[in-house]
Amino acid sequence: MKIPIEFYIWLSTVLFSIGVLGVMFRRNAIIIFACIELMLNAVNLLMVAFSSYLNDAHGQVFVFFIMAVAAAEVAVGLAILVMMYRNTKSIDINILNRLKG
Amino acid sequence: MTLYAFYFLTFLAIISALLVVFSKNPVYSILYLVITFFAIAGHYVLLSAQFLAAVHVIVYAGAIMVLFLYVLMMLNLNKEDEPHKPTLVKFAAVLAAGILLVVLIGSLKGASVIQQKTGPEIGLVKNLGKVLFKDFLFPFEISSILLLAAMVGVVMIGKDEPKSKTESE
Repeated sequence: MKIPIEFYIWLSTVLFSIGVLGVMFRRNAIIIFACIELMLNAVNLLMVAFSSYLNDAHGQVFVFFIMAVAAAEVAVGLAILVMMYRNTKSIDINILNRLKG
Repeated sequence: MTLYAFYFLTFLAIISALLVVFSKNPVYSILYLVITFFAIAGHYVLLSAQFLAAVHVIVYAGAIMVLFLYVLMMLNLNKEDEPHKPTLVKFAAVLAAGILLVVLIGSLKGASVIQQKTGPEIGLVKNLGKVLFKDFLFPFEISSILLLAAMVGVVMIGKDEPKSKTESE
């Protein structure tokens, strides 16, 4: 394998930062979910890279579990979004400021 | 050759990830996210994790993205006139994310390089299945319970409320 591990570290750092940027930048709740998926994938990519470099299969099994948790999280989150849309006719997250105590 | 493939996939992933954040139409954002996921699957193939690449395409590009698009189109949100944050907040968001990037890269730059180990192929189904069903059998069963709980929760959240309750609010 010729690609140094640093390249993968930098790539996943950039992808993670873009995910953080998207969460802070947008008001559309679905896009915020998509950016959370982007961050999860950056972490997955780093874990697969280290697992491949250290020749240890445990990292790839962990990525498998993260995918299962992400699938469950997206299903529940989108159900909550549909519920929110049904009540407020909008998925703008600024409407949710009524949650404050 | 491998290095060129790496550069191409990296370019594709970063550009489409930026377009996810900055495109106006939410449907385009989700479609760019699909491109990002395919680029990451290509990275998995480059790292010789073929099984994970296949699972990634099936789970993310096949299931999760369809769910996203389905919700977007069911709620009829594919308009471009969604409200945006004020310019000052957007500028602050870009600044904060840039500072995060600089800090992360700066802290990782001086890290010592790990020694690469070689051995038999670990990314294939045979080896991963052995590890998954021998060392990680209990977490595997727990994750099935997690998926069941998520399914029941989604049905509970998503079902229609009784009419009398909504009218009283």
